[in-house]
Amino acid sequence: MSAARGRIAAFLTDAASRFSHIPWRSIGSDALDRASLVVKAACFVHVVNTYIVGIAFVRGPSMLPTINLTGDVVAVERITPRRGTVEVGDVVILISPENPRKTVAKRVVGLQGDAVTFLVDPIHGNATRTVAVPMGHVWVQGDNIYSSRDSRQFGPVPYGLIQGRAFCKVWPPEAVGFIGEKY
Amino acid sequence: MLFWFVYFVCLVFFLMAWFFFCRNLDMEAANFLWFSLKKSIMGIMFGLTISDKFFTVYSVTGSSMHPTFTTSNGSFPAFLKGDIVLVERFWDDKLSHGDVITFKSPTDHKKEFVKRLIALPGDWMQCPNSHDIVKIPEGHCWVEGDNRSSSLDSRHFGPIPLGLVRGRVTHIIWPLKRMSKVERKVVMNRVYRT
Repeated sequence: MSAARGRIAAFLTDAASRFSHIPWRSIGSDALDRASLVVKAACFVHVVNTYIVGIAFVRGPSMLPTINLTGDVVAVERITPRRGTVEVGDVVILISPENPRKTVAKRVVGLQGDAVTFLVDPIHGNATRTVAVPMGHVWVQGDNIYSSRDSRQFGPVPYGLIQGRAFCKVWPPEAVGFIGEKY
Repeated sequence: MLFWFVYFVCLVFFLMAWFFFCRNLDMEAANFLWFSLKKSIMGIMFGLTISDKFFTVYSVTGSSMHPTFTTSNGSFPAFLKGDIVLVERFWDDKLSHGDVITFKSPTDHKKEFVKRLIALPGDWMQCPNSHDIVKIPEGHCWVEGDNRSSSLDSRHFGPIPLGLVRGRVTHIIWPLKRMSKVERKVVMNRVYRT
């Protein structure tokens, strides 16, 4: 019995001394360095993505033929909307006013104070309406007006919903190119 | 809006931490300048990320939320006489009726307003001062200031898209004698929730 107890005691003191010899301080500082590197990288990515340029995957029929039905990856710059210099003809990424969890890409057709004339229902006839865009809002329409839910349905969109201006397609490789004023 | 306050604090914290840990480095002036520049940029980015994603501090101006917040006229150092509030950002929209929220103004995207959320999408509510009942459209919300007589809010610009909402005010952190949690105040007699 005492032999077993002696072995257990020896094991425990041995374990304790090994435990204390592990270089905790250097492991800790190493872990802290790596963690701080990850945090720094995350902050850098966030700042660049929010204030300079980001990318977005845009798909759907509403911006044909500018953007593919099955999806293109576009580069989105954040500087122009933040400065308030979005112009008519820009393709912008905005938060949908009907669903705040959805972002959509549309083209700006009218700025605040403009009078916008649009086809109310292009599939069923040529009826048009003219609307004045209120202050602080923009009028957006998809390039494919036959299949696009845009300002003709949900009205002028507050400028603050614009998240960025899509200026260039970056993927797939056969679609690479700048997004121009109009197709 | 006191974003710079958060950045400044984070920058100072970062610089202090690094100088504390590296004070036995002896560098010449140029290296030291480069070192400080790197740390400043890191501090600014860190501050910006925290301010955009987690929480930030605002100085409340304007009397539209009286008596919940008392005001200042916004210029340094007079803003210290007004309320400074802690604003939490959120990723999923767990907004409730009665929360005080901050949002980008629908008439001027560079301004940010602080008002109370009265109604969420799908609710029916009675417009104040009139007998109209409106249904809040999907994706929109109705905001009003606590001080009805001096508040530019949804009674003037209509329901605002939820995409404009930027944060929720949780606490008043200055002045110290007004330090408290900002409570939800639900308006019972005008809103029918669905």
